[in-house]
Amino acid sequence: MKHFIFIILLFFTSLAKAAEALSVNVPDTLAERVKACAICHGAEDRHSRDAYYPRIAGKLEGYLFNQLRHFRDGRRYYQPMAILLENMSDEYLQEIARYFAALDLPYPSPESVTLLPSEANLAEKLVYSGDLKRNIPACSACHGKNLMGTAPFVPGLLGLHSTYLTAQLGGWHSGGLIRGKIANCMADIAKQLTYEEINAVSKWLTTQPVSGKPANQLSPEMAQRCASIVSENGDAR
Amino acid sequence: MIQTMIIIARESKNNFLFLGYMLALLVVADTTMVNASPEKTAMSEQRRAQGEYLARVGNCLGCHTAKGGRPFAGGHRLITSFGTFITPNITPDKETGLGSWREEDFWKAMHEGKSRDGKLLYPAFPYTEYTKVTRTDANLIFAYLQSIPAVSQSNPPHEIRFPYNSRPLLYLWRALFFKQGVYEPDPSKSDEWNRGAYLVQGLGHCNACHIARNVLGAIQEDTVGGGQIMGSNWYAPSLTSRREAGSMHWTIEEIIELLSSGVSQRAMTSGPMGTVVRQSLQYLSQDDLRAMAVYLKSLLESNAQPEVNYPEMPENVRKYLAQGEKLYKKYCEECHGITGQGASGIYPALAGNRSVTMTIPTNVIRSVLNGGYPPTTAANPRPYGMPPFQQIIRDEEVAQVVSFIRNAWGNRGSLVSAIDVGQSRGSSH
Repeated sequence: MKHFIFIILLFFTSLAKAAEALSVNVPDTLAERVKACAICHGAEDRHSRDAYYPRIAGKLEGYLFNQLRHFRDGRRYYQPMAILLENMSDEYLQEIARYFAALDLPYPSPESVTLLPSEANLAEKLVYSGDLKRNIPACSACHGKNLMGTAPFVPGLLGLHSTYLTAQLGGWHSGGLIRGKIANCMADIAKQLTYEEINAVSKWLTTQPVSGKPANQLSPEMAQRCASIVSENGDAR
Repeated sequence: MIQTMIIIARESKNNFLFLGYMLALLVVADTTMVNASPEKTAMSEQRRAQGEYLARVGNCLGCHTAKGGRPFAGGHRLITSFGTFITPNITPDKETGLGSWREEDFWKAMHEGKSRDGKLLYPAFPYTEYTKVTRTDANLIFAYLQSIPAVSQSNPPHEIRFPYNSRPLLYLWRALFFKQGVYEPDPSKSDEWNRGAYLVQGLGHCNACHIARNVLGAIQEDTVGGGQIMGSNWYAPSLTSRREAGSMHWTIEEIIELLSSGVSQRAMTSGPMGTVVRQSLQYLSQDDLRAMAVYLKSLLESNAQPEVNYPEMPENVRKYLAQGEKLYKKYCEECHGITGQGASGIYPALAGNRSVTMTIPTNVIRSVLNGGYPPTTAANPRPYGMPPFQQIIRDEEVAQVVSFIRNAWGNRGSLVSAIDVGQSRGSSH
């Protein structure tokens, strides 16, 4: 009898093993579903080859959702993103945005770049005071006093690589393919900047330590100036 | 109206006069209600809903909406080997859309491929298929299109290259390749089969992609035999070949599942077909899906090739494939499995996968380069996806890994080179 039970047990164990080999075991989680994103926006820090890909963990949900839709709908251009998102619903993109916004991963230590004192001065002036003569507001006026962004749509500027920051500001500045398709206040501001200023600000931002939370609300003046960003949320597909 | 009454009440010093006003208003209100009879409203609402459904089946939205643009306002760029067509605005705007069109005009476009002014339309508008649509269905679609919000949007003109930009050439083209006529049911087949054939050949215009075209962009045979999609680096597999996307050996249920949800046990829609599922097929009624499945399953197999006994692989080929196997273990095995078995409905199996082994390797190369997600549909709202591997591996490595999966676990397919990989790039969608 014992022998018989043993054989029965052996039979079921091997059946289970066979079933396992038949199909890959896939967790029913969002983390598994967005594994495709991690190849570029990985959890680990990538300073060298992949410095271009921005960190998305912990960014504001509203900001991430808007960017996902911009990539999908061709308002922000990057081919790999456009292809990945092409057939995704708003609901799913919102869920993905919420997932990455809630990811609480440690920030890497700031990038070490050579920043001349003159560059640092120039950057700090633009970041905290802007240049009123040229109608350039301080970065901190929208992106928060601590530059960690303003809910719900304005992104934080810290914890990003200088390559990425330069490319974005440069894209707006030249009205190029990447960012030039979105007419908004950021494009207007970046068009006023010189290349020297773009470089200085990007380098300075990347050397700053990350700490603090995003601000709650834009000032009425900036909310009005950047009304197109605030109202982006209403775009139906 | 309430405001009017309040004004009247304030101004009328005489209560009697006010009562008179009120009575008059009531009478007016009453006649208005009689004029818009509830049956008539219900009927036009029903016609509108039917038209909306048919417009979904025909996927008018797919071409007549620019990426991120207003629905049906046109401006989508259709890139072909003859130049770029910019789709027109078909909302009921008087100036820039179909606002001044009549039912008759719409019928002429769908059935004869002619614009309102008699100008011949370019067959980028698939009237070669739409000509099979019945007058009743065309009228319903028109009624729906006239009921959507008008959008004022003028789109730029087509950018067609010489000599194709000469419209008279279209006369010649039509004489050679256009057969006008509504779908004629085959009395020897069931109603269901005929409905499926009507949808696949006509309104669904599957032939627009799943067919080989000659140098003049005309369909070569009247079967859904597979072909390169114009202006896109995707190959639309043959629906009449067991080795491609033929479904003669599938169950009706599985065909329905793939068309309506975008994924099934052993297949997954991607690229342009994923878009068609998202924009159109997922909204089809069960009856229509079943009819399409019945028809597709019944298609006769074309060029059935006998099983080939492949010779033993030479040493250098085996070495090349071993390189690919290494990459497979590193990047692919976690999802697609040790034996290429995949996870049903989530990560497609690669063993026995026809998209992997098809003679033309474009689609499998593109999948590795760009990754992608199947469409979000009601039945599969949160799909799993594949990363764009071009971000981290070189063309040579893509070629190695694709060659490996085309020849592992019982698969057999030609080897792929870095040049093939390079040629599969260069299309934005």
